[in-house]
Order: sequence, then C-alpha cells, then structure tokens
Amino acid sequence: MEMSQPATTGTNVANAKKVGQYVLLLFLTFLVLGPFLLGLWTSLMPTADISKGALWSSHISLDNYVAAITTTPILRYLLNSLVISTLTMLFQVLLCSMSAYAFVFLKFKYRKQLFMLFLMTMMLPFEAEVIPNFSTVRSLGLLNHYAAMVIPFLTAAFGTFMLRQAFMQMPVELKEAADVEGLSHWQFYWHLALPYTKVSLMTLAAYSFLSSWNQYLWPMLTTFSDSFRPVQDGLRQLQGQESFNNWGMIQASAAIVVIPTLIILFVGQHYFKAGLNEGAVK
Amino acid sequence: MLQSLPRNSNSKDPGAQSAPVRLSTTAQWSKDNLYVAIFLGPSLLILSVFVFWPMIKTLYLSLFLTDNLGHASVFVGLNNYMSLFNNPAYLSSLGATLMYVIAVSVLTIILGMLLAVAAQQRLRGIRFFRTIFSSTMGISVSVAAIFWLFAFNPSVGVFAQISQALHLPEINWLADPHFALLAVIMTTVWMNLGFTFLILFGALQQLPASLFEAAEIAGVGKTTQFFKISLPLISPTLFFVLIVTLIDAFKSFGLIDLMTVGGPNNATNLLVYRVYQDAFLNGNYGLASTESVVLTAIIAVITLIQFKLLGKRVNY
Repeated sequence: MEMSQPATTGTNVANAKKVGQYVLLLFLTFLVLGPFLLGLWTSLMPTADISKGALWSSHISLDNYVAAITTTPILRYLLNSLVISTLTMLFQVLLCSMSAYAFVFLKFKYRKQLFMLFLMTMMLPFEAEVIPNFSTVRSLGLLNHYAAMVIPFLTAAFGTFMLRQAFMQMPVELKEAADVEGLSHWQFYWHLALPYTKVSLMTLAAYSFLSSWNQYLWPMLTTFSDSFRPVQDGLRQLQGQESFNNWGMIQASAAIVVIPTLIILFVGQHYFKAGLNEGAVK
Repeated sequence: MLQSLPRNSNSKDPGAQSAPVRLSTTAQWSKDNLYVAIFLGPSLLILSVFVFWPMIKTLYLSLFLTDNLGHASVFVGLNNYMSLFNNPAYLSSLGATLMYVIAVSVLTIILGMLLAVAAQQRLRGIRFFRTIFSSTMGISVSVAAIFWLFAFNPSVGVFAQISQALHLPEINWLADPHFALLAVIMTTVWMNLGFTFLILFGALQQLPASLFEAAEIAGVGKTTQFFKISLPLISPTLFFVLIVTLIDAFKSFGLIDLMTVGGPNNATNLLVYRVYQDAFLNGNYGLASTESVVLTAIIAVITLIQFKLLGKRVNY
C-alpha cells in the first residue's frame, strides 16, 4: 500500500474504491458462506433453542456432535464412503491411464473406432442406465455390498480422454529414446509416462474421489443396510427417521460430513486448479 | 463432465510414429496385441457391461411392456413413446426440467462470473476470498440439502424469519408449488458456484494484462473492457461451463429426492426423478426405460453440439 504518499484527493478516491471493493467481496462471501455458516452455527446450539427460531443460545456446546457420533451410525457411513471412494479413485487412475496409454502408444486395428466408442460413452448418462445396471448387479449377487458401488466405476471414459490428452503432450523424443533403450511398454508406462503426467493423474484422482463421494442415486438403489451405506445416503437416512426433527444433530452430522471434504479440497486445490485450467477450454 | 482439450492441437501422436518398424514381424504383432489386451481390456470390459449393454437393454425395454421383475413381456413398438408424449404429467415434467435447467445455467454463469470478476481485484487478502468462493465445490448434495432445508423451513428457517421481520407474506417454500422449484434452483446454483467460479476465474487470469493496459491508456472504461474484451475472449470457457452445467442440471436427482420428493403437486418432478419413480416405485420398467432413452437423447444432442463446435480443437 502507498501509505507514505500525501493524502491527495486521488488517494482518497483510491481508498474509497478499495473500501467499496472489500464491501463487495465481503457481501459475496456472505452469500456463498451464508447457508454453511448458518448450519455450522446451529450445530452448536441445543435443538430446543433452534426450534424457537432463536439465532442465539446460552448453551453453545459440542453436544450435538457427541450425540451424532454416539447415537447414529455417522462414523460408519463415513468409513463406508472412504472405502468406496478410495477404491474407485485408485482403480480409475490405474485403468484410465492404462487405456489412455493404449490409445496413444500402442498401434492396433480399429484404434480410432474404439476411441470414438469411448468418447461416445461420455454422452450416455449413468442416470439413464440404472434399470439394467440394477438387474446386472442384482444377478451378480452384489447388492448391498461395496462391490456394487465400486465395480461399475472402475474406469471412466472421461478419465481416459483426459489422460490421453496428457500422454499426447509428452515429447516424442522421450518415446523414441525409450525404444532405443529397449524399454518395454510396461516399463515406459510405469517409469516414464505416469511420472510425467503426475498433475493430470492427481487431478483425475481428486475428481474421481469427489464424484464417488458425492454419488447419491446409485448407492440409494443398491444398499439397504448401515454396514455398506455411504455417507450421502446415510444423511438422508438420518433425516428420514422420526426422531429427526432434531435440527441440532442433523446440522452436526452435516458438518461432520462436510469438513473432511473441505479439507481435501483446500489441500488439493493447487493440483485441482492446475489440472482444471489445463483441462478446460481456453 | 470435464472435457479436456489439448493445449496444442499440433501435438504429434508418438504411437503413430514408432509403429511401422515394430509391426514388421508377426511375433511383434502378437506381442503388441497382448499389450492392447492388458492395457485396454479391463476398461473395455467395464464399459461394455455397465455402459454399452445397459444402453442397448434400455432401448430394447423401451419397446416393450414389462412384468414386475423388469422382464420384457409384450412388444408394443413405439407405443411407450406415443403414450409418453401424450401424457400431460410427463410433458409437465419436461417443462419443469427445462425451466429448471435454463434458470440454473443462466444464474450459475452470471453469479459465477460476478465472483470471478470480483476475485480479480489486486487486494490484500484476495487469496482468502478466492478460496471461499470455490468452497461450495466441496459440499455434497445431501449436505447442501440439509443447509437449505433448514433455511427454507417455514417455522425456524432464515427466509421465514426475514419475511416475518419485514412483515412480508410468508412463503412456505417447499410446500408451495409456485416456489418449490425456485427453492431447488437456488440450492443447485449455490452448489454449482464453486466449480464455475474456479473455471471462469482461471480463464480471466490467463488473459494478457497488456490488453487491459492498452485499453486503459485509450480511456476505455472498466465496463466496456469487460464486455468488449474479457467476455469475447473467454467465450470458449463460458461455452464449456454452460455445457457442463446444462448436462449436470438435466441429470439432477439428489436435491429433488432430499428436498421435495418430486412434489408438491409434481412441481419438481424432474426427468431423472420420474425415471426413478416409474421404475423403482411403480415397477413400470418399460415406461421408465422409454423416459431414460429420451433423457439420453437430450444429453447426447447437447454433447454432440459441444463436440461439433469444439471439434476443430480436438484431434482424434
């Protein structure tokens, strides 16, 4: 800041403008964070006070959190989601990178046609395919199990497409040198291609983890018990129960669910931003 | 969701380059085929079982009446389609979905743009604001639903309290057919903001500063700069965000199930929710398959437009 300058009208105008900009930013912050802060705040209040419509209480405490953890399966839901999302993420990064590798570095018949087929799947919404998929999973005996929520998402056309773009940006000389050295495809894939595209892999990892974490319709159809139910559907379950006019505890459960994702997001933002900017159209 | 495009459309395809020599012997050829099987096989298998086959099956079922286990029983040709488009309830679902999708897309882009422009300011602490603006990206559908259900609650919600304090007529947001869809729209837009902000902000950041310096010297106002320079230059990004938002909105299910269960009076019974109801609550799999095909057609058309318009920038 240029505080040392004489206070001319010019700097006054500049300062007024700066104040205006901060006011706008704070207003927008309030809009974006409003519902979240309201939820977080009420999670600290006794439900009796919330039900009166009060925005202040003399009994601010973590009681709702203790109640949510001890009387509901919220931690089990979190664990289920963690297992499902982690498995989905690991397999998607592995299988998408392998298929992307094939499309870039392997030469085979119908390569172009197969790739078009992959691209085509991006047009087919999973939501419109739940009926046959439900029968498939049922006849495989996978209903109400982690496998039902992981196996259909072991790979993704989007991930393949994204990593294909990343592999195509590797310098041609690298592959040529590897061929001269006599590296096998497996060695080149593992020791050069994967490390070279680390940022894209991280982006895909974050993206697939979050997509899996946020799944709602499919787990709702395929899980019937708390032992496998992921957290999104778990929250619905808690809300649906009669006892759950208990706003304080609902809000506390929501907070318990959202805080880990926000932490992952803020920590991973560096990668996410780089990846998204690379991925999006300029 | 995200379609990544190459930065440099001239980037060479190394696979094509190294190929001719290495395919010369049959031994090499079969070894390469082994690699193809290992690298591509698993993905192809999963996509076939959970994407291609279901699509064919859905198309097939849409031509049949089904029994209560979802097996095709009577072939009815295009009858399911005819009855669907003659059914006022379905048409009103379609109408509500279009309203929802358009409102969500327009509002998301306008508000996301506002956030992105505001976050361009060179001010102390701006990084903090940028983090805040992208934060709704980390909020999942059921958490968002809980926050907004609370806000819309007729007795304790913040909206009810504001209108009470201002002596405005009280609105029972989620129980009123005129406002329920609006409530879901507001919640969806809020959820979308984080991602949209991040993408638009990134695009604005990458515009060359010299352009704006020159405009400044020429005495062009900030507003004109925005509409005449920034907006046209980031139009490909805007288009990308629009497509992603459109497709996502057409697929909305979670918020409907959590906030309104399709009601009141079917006012929020959007396309995917109807598929779910007809298939899994009413057991009418044939009809639900027909509805799925319609949904797929809509999304395929949007995606095709995207591929077409961006086609020159994607190399296959």
